[in-house]
Amino acid sequence: MEKKEISVSGLTFVYPADEEGMPGQVVLRGLDLTIPAGEFVAVLGHNGSGKSTLAKHFNAILQPTEGDVVVCGINTKDEDRIFDIRQQVGMVFQNPDNQIVATIVEEDVAFALENLGVPPKEIRKRVDEALKAVDMYEYREHAPHQLSGGQKQRVAIAGILAMRPEFIILDEPTAMLDPQGRKEVLRTIKELNRDFGTTVVLITHYMDEAVQADRVVVIDDGKILRDGTPKEVFTQVEMLKSVGLDVPQVTELVYELRKEGIDLPLDILTEEECYEALKKLLETTPLTTSN
Amino acid sequence: MLKDITIGQYFPGHSVVHRMDPRMKLILTIFYIVILFVVSNPFGFIPSVLFLAGAYMVAKIPVKMIARSIKPILPIILFTSILNLFFINGDSVIFTLGPLHMTWQGVYTAFRMALRLVLLIAGTSLMTYTTSPISLTDAIEQLLGPLKLVHFPVHELAMMMSIALRFIPTLVEETDKIMSAQKARGADMESGGLIHRAKALVPILIPLFLSACRRAEDLALAMECRCYRGGEGRTRMKQLHYSQLDFMGLLITVILLAVVIVLNLIPMPFLNWLM
Repeated sequence: MEKKEISVSGLTFVYPADEEGMPGQVVLRGLDLTIPAGEFVAVLGHNGSGKSTLAKHFNAILQPTEGDVVVCGINTKDEDRIFDIRQQVGMVFQNPDNQIVATIVEEDVAFALENLGVPPKEIRKRVDEALKAVDMYEYREHAPHQLSGGQKQRVAIAGILAMRPEFIILDEPTAMLDPQGRKEVLRTIKELNRDFGTTVVLITHYMDEAVQADRVVVIDDGKILRDGTPKEVFTQVEMLKSVGLDVPQVTELVYELRKEGIDLPLDILTEEECYEALKKLLETTPLTTSN
Repeated sequence: MLKDITIGQYFPGHSVVHRMDPRMKLILTIFYIVILFVVSNPFGFIPSVLFLAGAYMVAKIPVKMIARSIKPILPIILFTSILNLFFINGDSVIFTLGPLHMTWQGVYTAFRMALRLVLLIAGTSLMTYTTSPISLTDAIEQLLGPLKLVHFPVHELAMMMSIALRFIPTLVEETDKIMSAQKARGADMESGGLIHRAKALVPILIPLFLSACRRAEDLALAMECRCYRGGEGRTRMKQLHYSQLDFMGLLITVILLAVVIVLNLIPMPFLNWLM
């Protein structure tokens, strides 16, 4: 049994030059990355940094110009096993409307399994499981257009989950959703990782989403800029700002306060942590007015 | 406003007719159309009408739905009836008006044609009222299955139909949005003559087509990611099964055909003056 991981080595990708004489565009430049099974990884980067292009290499939608992508021991260049890879690495896209194929929720969840030629009884079982996992079971007979954006995106996740993939890649899954939908989808993603041990690769430019991951990979101009825990990455406020990324609001607050000479720990990422730190600070050093 | 449209004319329910296998319903509908053309004497219409009326009653489809389905073709029925009334030649003339003359044969033919058209529409509508578009697509895919042998793209056709059905509400919603956006920019879509209004559609159609193309690309990618590779080796979660109900339906329809044929064969000399 091969090691369960996605390993990317020396990945370079160039969009080929087109006929009108536009030169080819280098999107990824010699990228190395390993994602072991079970992790919750967030990939951060501003628009055009190459993060979506990288994601499309994980399940052989794109082929590397140079270098290799190996999924569970299968190189994505192996044409004969392309569907083995796609079954192992599921992918969810930004627009929930454009990835639902069928007119009934449960039929859509069954789509991938039907393509894989799974026997009908087994499909039924897995579809029910997947719908329950994303908490959409009671909507199984609804039409997609009757659902909210967050619900549609959860159906799309169920459609991938039914394949029982080792990895789920989510390419900005919350970008088109309202705050409520974002919350739902993010909760679902976290539950999948925690309760089912599914490896999650979340591509996003929302910092508050990335904070919740085990590991954050920052990509800029086709290269990996930083790779570490959220605390390691988000404490480097200047570096993130220099590549056009934001930091979580509370981190920014703490950063600005520290600049003013107020003694606060730098690795504050969530509102609760910030609240606790500020409370402690106010209790120990009473506010003094300057006049 | 556009959001309220229903796809097809499906009338959800749980009646015996609703529960029949869509393939059988499709077959029986075609069967019924054939029967309508086999009928050759006025008495043959009686069992045909009774059969359909019975089916509507069992399906619990309100009678006004029949009227609704016939309304769009009413002009055609009237037109053919009037032509038949005045241009059928015969000996039993009722009256003559210049070059026009009405005969009993003409009256009979007009009536027969009109009734046949009404039954035809009512019969096929019953199928669309009781079968959801998506199960109809499944039925067509299965029934056309044998054509795969001659490389007819049956699966692809069914897939196209079901994707079209899936995207109708999405695109309708989008049309709504684009219309609002264009109105906000001062587009005038309600006034002016026919040509002016047709021209006003252009700024709606172009963005709609562009977005549909973009959606198609996204969908193709999403389908590829879910291991779609055509109809080869594909299974279905929901299997269609013929049940006793379907064989009952078939039996009743076959009996109808038999009755109609027998009625055709019985000599009816007292009707000769109509033929």
